[in-house]
Amino acid sequence: MAAADQTAGASAALERNGRAVLRRRELLLAGAGAWLARRARATDAPSTAAAAEEILGALPGKRPLIQHAFRPPNFETPLGDLAAPFTPNDAFFVRYHLAVIPWVDTASWRLEVSGASARQSLSLSLEELKSGFERVSLAAVNQCSGNRRGLFSPRVPGVQWGNGAMGNARWTGVRLRDVLRKAAVAPGALEVVFSGADSAVLPQTPPFVKSLPLERALDESTLLAFEMNGEPLPHWNGAPVRLIVPGWTGTYWMKHLIAVRIEPKAFDGFWMKSAYRLPTGAFPGTRFLSQETPETTPITEILVNSLIVTPLEGARLKRGEHAEVAGKAWDGGAGIAAVEVSVDGRRSWREARLGRDLGRFAWRDFRMPIDTARAGPLAIAVRARSRNGAQQPDKLTFNPSGYHDNIVQTVNVEVA
Amino acid sequence: MRRAARTLAGNGVVLLALACGRAWAAGAAEITELKDAPGRDLTVGRCIICHSVEYIPSNAPAMNRAAWQKTIQKMRERFGAPITDAEAQQILDYLDANYSGKS
Repeated sequence: MAAADQTAGASAALERNGRAVLRRRELLLAGAGAWLARRARATDAPSTAAAAEEILGALPGKRPLIQHAFRPPNFETPLGDLAAPFTPNDAFFVRYHLAVIPWVDTASWRLEVSGASARQSLSLSLEELKSGFERVSLAAVNQCSGNRRGLFSPRVPGVQWGNGAMGNARWTGVRLRDVLRKAAVAPGALEVVFSGADSAVLPQTPPFVKSLPLERALDESTLLAFEMNGEPLPHWNGAPVRLIVPGWTGTYWMKHLIAVRIEPKAFDGFWMKSAYRLPTGAFPGTRFLSQETPETTPITEILVNSLIVTPLEGARLKRGEHAEVAGKAWDGGAGIAAVEVSVDGRRSWREARLGRDLGRFAWRDFRMPIDTARAGPLAIAVRARSRNGAQQPDKLTFNPSGYHDNIVQTVNVEVA
Repeated sequence: MRRAARTLAGNGVVLLALACGRAWAAGAAEITELKDAPGRDLTVGRCIICHSVEYIPSNAPAMNRAAWQKTIQKMRERFGAPITDAEAQQILDYLDANYSGKS
């Protein structure tokens, strides 16, 4: 169904590296006849005038999302659409770096597996990938490295994401490990390098290519996924196959995957050497040693974090009526041990009730009743603790690219 | 209600800039409207080769002259944007005058 829609929308076919015929749709005119809507942005301080309004736009197959950029498409999931245990496919955030995005023809798509450290090259059709390896499903949060960049203080350049450059989905595919084993990893392999079908407008622009340490590529949770929440992957989330790296930020989750290379050397492209990097030693998490320098290191795992979905900032709660604080907590794969809630400006904390455990890479629902017996303002803060002992900090660790904002958030409401 | 299609001379690109006060969206469109001031058409014309220009107003609170200079340099040197030295100066002046929100 989705594939048929995509094919119908295609306007041109092009040969790409002689491997697969890809259908491309001209994005520039895809929005003809569109409507835009603007609304107040609840998560921003009123003083930040430029971010005071947000634009909603709906890509084909998507419901209206917060439009940060039309081309390349960068669309954020509104807070209300983050309430469900699994984020609906048509509400899931969209993030691209480069503007030439083909509508991939699944019938002619092939995955090329090769490289200097692959003893054997493979070329797999979608059918061969689906039938040739054990099928695996897991729930995992996909969170952009720059989620919440727009909330950074001081402000930093980049897509000014609020809280919704993330979502939780059930991903189904095959283990990358099983595919790499079929290609036979040679001794001395160091990194696995991933390329997608999307590309830049200008030939001089560095292609979006990412690598993983071999051990992370061989981890049993790293998948080549072709389904999301039981449906074929939506176009805007990487159809027909994308990489799933549970626990690591979205930058590694290569969409429209077409090539996997096993290499004995550290990949030196722009998107590894210059982008998605943090000051070395500033944050906890797995170190990507083959890409680390004394100054900077690649971002890797998602830090322990939480999100208040309800109540909204500025909400008025009726005195004496039932009310609750509810939201999500997640981390890089240890799993959530506890979520604490404060309604008195972080002076005292109580443990919230946790929802169903969907797996250690998924987010965990939490909820706690709010006492509305007395009128007045409430400052509701939430902090999550990971099973590895990590807890959300109060203070932001500044970094120039605006990554890893996992500080405790506060929502101010009024009981009246 | 609907703004007419606008042609940016020199680029041969027709952009449909549609804006409307509807409360809900049923599509997405490229935003091409930047503040009308000297240098705007050049800025829009060069930037939209690779990306739509929503980034410019949304990044304004994070930007000052030095940050815009760094960004333009990155677009030219890292991403290969075809912008001459003289054009880069005009684009910098326009962005700094209209979209520098950081003190």
